[in-house]
Amino acid sequence: MSNYNDILEHLPYKSSFRFVDNILQLDEDGVTGEYTLREDAFFYEDHFIDNPITPGVIITEIMAQIGLVVLGIYLLKKKNHHSVQAPETFPLFSSTEIAFYKIVLPGEKVTVVSKKEYFRFGKLKCYVEMWNEKNELVAEGTFAGIVNDASDLKSNQW
Amino acid sequence: MDRHSILEELKKVLAPYTKNKELLNSVTEHTNLITDLHINSANLVDIIIDAEAKYNIEIDMDAAEKISTVGSCIDVILEKMNHAS
Repeated sequence: MSNYNDILEHLPYKSSFRFVDNILQLDEDGVTGEYTLREDAFFYEDHFIDNPITPGVIITEIMAQIGLVVLGIYLLKKKNHHSVQAPETFPLFSSTEIAFYKIVLPGEKVTVVSKKEYFRFGKLKCYVEMWNEKNELVAEGTFAGIVNDASDLKSNQW
Repeated sequence: MDRHSILEELKKVLAPYTKNKELLNSVTEHTNLITDLHINSANLVDIIIDAEAKYNIEIDMDAAEKISTVGSCIDVILEKMNHAS
């Protein structure tokens, strides 16, 4: 386990909807993290019948949680001098454009690499890639979201 | 640069973020970006970044908070352009 994983305590997800296991690298310009798809995850029974394949929305969610939310919380903590508390922080996904190249099966480990394009006025935009263990590109895309304190969101539109 | 020519150029900046292109034809200084043009508030950040590049200016948080209508965008752009020169 890396020393970057303290940030995971600030993620506003739990159990079946937390898609981050380990952060390998994290700084102001980007993040690299990994997640292993659980063979007993709730979506495999239904997607597809007798043919479990990770849904594209879950691939997208994994990329967003590692590539946007982890990096966003890190940047917000840095900006606020580490004063961000988990319950007051939540991310809002604003847009994505994504292309998929490979399927991901139950039990596979994927690595997400995110590079920051900008973080301004609370909006974080990143170019995000997902790689599998064979070093094949699974998906890539541009992700954007609003990362802010709940208190900020209440007081202004940003 | 006068307000009218900035307004014409701003329409080009707004175009990629305005779904209904016909709305752009009737843009005036009173047009509100969010309520009239239905621009997603997250995309306002991209519009500000595009405007910064186009006019070679820097728009800070205080200036960004003043932006609501097309006219207020022009105010901010003119203020920053004058400040830079």
